[in-house]
Amino acid sequence: MKRPAFRPIVLTVNGARTAVRVPPMKRLLDVLREDCSLTGTKEGCGEGECGACTVILDGRAVNACLIPIGQAAGARVTTIEGLKGRHRLQAAFANLGGAQCGICTPGMILAAVALGPRPTLAQVRTGLAGNICRCTGYEGIYRAIAAARTARSRKAAASSQKLDARSRTSAEGRKQPKSRLPAEAPRAKAGVPSPESRPSTVLGAALSVSKGRVPPLDRARGGPERVEGPKAPSRSRS
Amino acid sequence: MIRSVGRNVSRKDGAEKVDGTARYVDDLSRPGMLHARTIRSTIPCGDIARVRLDFDTTGFTIVGAGDIPGRNLVSLILEDQPCLAEARVRHAAEPVLLLAHEDRERLIGAAVTIDYRPHTPVFDPAQSPTVFKSVTIARGDLDEGFRRADVIVEGEYRTGHQEHLYIEPNGMLAVPEHGGVTVYGSLQCPYYVHKALCVLLGLPADRVRVVQAETGGGFGGKEEYPSMIAGHACLLALKSGRPVKLIYDRTEDMLATTKRHPSVVRHRTGVTRDGRLVAMDIDVLMDGGAYCTLSPVVLSRGCLHATGPYRCDHVRVNGRVVMTNTPPNGAFRGFGAPQTLFAADVHMERIAETLGIDPVRIREINALRPGDTTATGQVLGPDAAALDVLRAAVSRSDFRRKRRAWRGTHKGIGLSLFFHGAGFTGSGEVKLQSKASLELTPTGVRVLAASTDIGQGQRTVHAQIVADALGLPYDAVVVAAPDTAAVPDSGPTVASRTTMVVGGLLKRCAEEMRERLGRLTPKAYLKTHGPLVITKAYEPPPGLVWDDDTYRGSAYGAYGWACDCIEVEHDPVTSEVRPTRVTTAQEIGKAIFPLGARGQIEGGTAQGLGYALLEEVVLRDGAMANAQLTNYIVPTTLDTPPMDVVLVEKPYAHGPYGAKGVGEMPFDGVAPAVVNAIRSLGFDVRDVPATPERIMEAPPIGTGDSRLRPVAERRASARQAGLGIREARRTKRPRTTPSARARRKAVRS
Repeated sequence: MKRPAFRPIVLTVNGARTAVRVPPMKRLLDVLREDCSLTGTKEGCGEGECGACTVILDGRAVNACLIPIGQAAGARVTTIEGLKGRHRLQAAFANLGGAQCGICTPGMILAAVALGPRPTLAQVRTGLAGNICRCTGYEGIYRAIAAARTARSRKAAASSQKLDARSRTSAEGRKQPKSRLPAEAPRAKAGVPSPESRPSTVLGAALSVSKGRVPPLDRARGGPERVEGPKAPSRSRS
Repeated sequence: MIRSVGRNVSRKDGAEKVDGTARYVDDLSRPGMLHARTIRSTIPCGDIARVRLDFDTTGFTIVGAGDIPGRNLVSLILEDQPCLAEARVRHAAEPVLLLAHEDRERLIGAAVTIDYRPHTPVFDPAQSPTVFKSVTIARGDLDEGFRRADVIVEGEYRTGHQEHLYIEPNGMLAVPEHGGVTVYGSLQCPYYVHKALCVLLGLPADRVRVVQAETGGGFGGKEEYPSMIAGHACLLALKSGRPVKLIYDRTEDMLATTKRHPSVVRHRTGVTRDGRLVAMDIDVLMDGGAYCTLSPVVLSRGCLHATGPYRCDHVRVNGRVVMTNTPPNGAFRGFGAPQTLFAADVHMERIAETLGIDPVRIREINALRPGDTTATGQVLGPDAAALDVLRAAVSRSDFRRKRRAWRGTHKGIGLSLFFHGAGFTGSGEVKLQSKASLELTPTGVRVLAASTDIGQGQRTVHAQIVADALGLPYDAVVVAAPDTAAVPDSGPTVASRTTMVVGGLLKRCAEEMRERLGRLTPKAYLKTHGPLVITKAYEPPPGLVWDDDTYRGSAYGAYGWACDCIEVEHDPVTSEVRPTRVTTAQEIGKAIFPLGARGQIEGGTAQGLGYALLEEVVLRDGAMANAQLTNYIVPTTLDTPPMDVVLVEKPYAHGPYGAKGVGEMPFDGVAPAVVNAIRSLGFDVRDVPATPERIMEAPPIGTGDSRLRPVAERRASARQAGLGIREARRTKRPRTTPSARARRKAVRS
């Protein structure tokens, strides 16, 4: 059957100008996953309730399952791939229990990024209310965000490194960290994380869960073996 | 060498999960791939008269029951569930026909009409003529126990369905290759799927390969149902000769896949005036749904936990799980224990109310202690920590002061004491005979096991155990992807067994490997001696004996122990109850990966809060009427309070580094603690979910049988009524208030 020809819709995805020839009512979620091969954006419910498909569109966190691509023409979209594994929230989520099964994690991290660099716990609770996590009870997510915030403020004060031009002009127009977190990120200050997420104790053994340390994201060795299986579709599907 | 056990190492799968490169089944694709769709029944019970295809079938692959090359069933315990219905349907989401097409739009547009001759469905488990399994546990002499009682307390407690709501819906990709088929999917138990596919497809074991893709949550919901989905994808793939991807959307996942068994549990308990339990008579009824699935084992675990962590010399537990014309219920975190533990601990609260005894004190009096004997005759070891967790949670939450200070306000605090047996029930582990292997590599070792990481951190925990047992750094241990062509059957990833049982096998492998290596490095060993793979099979710990026929012996190798103190606030205008703080003390033997253990406890607690307060499956004509996230409400950030987690460690002699299981227990105690907190506000609530409607219609505590009355008088009035006094009074009350009816109506419209 002959496919109808569609006019190209142009948008900026993770900093790259992208043109897609798809029906204008196709969901942004499907365009990202199928036409752009960016499968880091997940579908959990398809009705805008779970937030697994959260992306940042012109600086705001949105549910990609509710946006027809026609509405995203000319917009700047950032997906989890756009953070390139270098955002401090990513390391914090990986190392402080912010991710378990991982399916809500890309959307959760982007929703947290959209809250800005120093959200309060109350802002986090309200800001992430549209992102459902069934694994963590949200406590690990709060710990990760609090630790990333602490690490960020310390680093901003201490660092003399310049941010490179590319990371400054990210889709949401905010400064983004250039590199990984230092191996020895500073300890959380008293009161951060807030009293509501105060550290728990262990009887009979030492437990050091919430010390606010954010070790770097280490993918060099010992990671899980990947499914030796099919690859995602290539970019040329339109 | 820095030990990694007990330390918060970097999660093995952390990086892939935060940068979006982890591949879940819907992220996989193959050239020439077809998309698939399941056509389901729309009535709860009846015969299929005719199936009409009202669409242009060009380019479609269509599979019905007649296309099945092997046996038409989902192989599990009872062989009663067909993979595709043939003549009769038993529930309103039963698969009848499968369609596949490369164009998803055409697939969705395909219209199929099924004509039926309907039968009268059974929805009420109490009226069901079909019993899948019954269980009896007996200890001592019940009559003698009741003779010693000063007071008898009776009650009936109900729990509803619960949907797992893993955020990744179920899905499978089947690829026909090498004269057989390979399946990639979202699943917990690769060898369950493998076994079911061999039976369904009539293929030998070596022509079927099952590989776990990254799995976005399971909670038991991906234990048995993936066998059905894999079967469907394979049937289409083998008929079309092309790869087939079958992904459920959220509504289909909620309508069709398994849920937690609803339950009705009745307690009749004899107590002395000073609060000692002397007789417990417990009746458990569970709704299994249309097919047996894992119901017999769910019932078994439920009955084995039905007394709660309490000692009593005279016990009888009668349980049965029955068929109804609703979608089959199945495995869900806790596996029967949450239902019976809910009843046990709300009942314990009512005993305390009746006797006027402090709720902490009554649990102290009756809690199982080291050396005590359970209802099945199991003598508990020194790790029986009920009193330790009770005292830890009570003092850390300041329970007693808050109970006193909040009297007469809209704030309440409730308590629950609970336990959970880790590993398969009874002789299950012996029958399972699971195996795990370690393979030496030039840079370290590879773990070969069919255990799956579904978010709980199995890769990390197994690597930690192996690293320490071998004296290697954590990074030198690689965990192989669960692939039935490459790893031995280490059993299903269920029953809080992955750390305790499979971790134990891997530790034994590592210990032998360490001996073989001697002073050689892995590289040097491989050069001199060639490849090295060590495999170990399960051996029961000494003294663990179980009799399936009499339900006597050691039901579980080890139990975890826990206590929840949950604070709530009641809104007198809307009748809503909001949890404001959770304090929980959980004894798990040894936390191998403390961050992961804490994550399990916090996550299980949040899921339990949903079960207790929010999550209500509304059935209409045997089908879920609220099969979407818009009106099936699970806890969000705004519904989940701060949690204070206390880990208690009392090593289990036969667990790796002392570890027991932790996956399920955190769920068990949440609902009773929440309901007991609501009871402390004066509402006689005995069912979950405790929705605003239920709380609004709950009678005040202390108006009926909750007062202390002589046994004779109570017995007489109960006999007169023909049932328990509470039930007699309840039957006079309308079951629903107008608002509850309005709400259900709203769901239906």
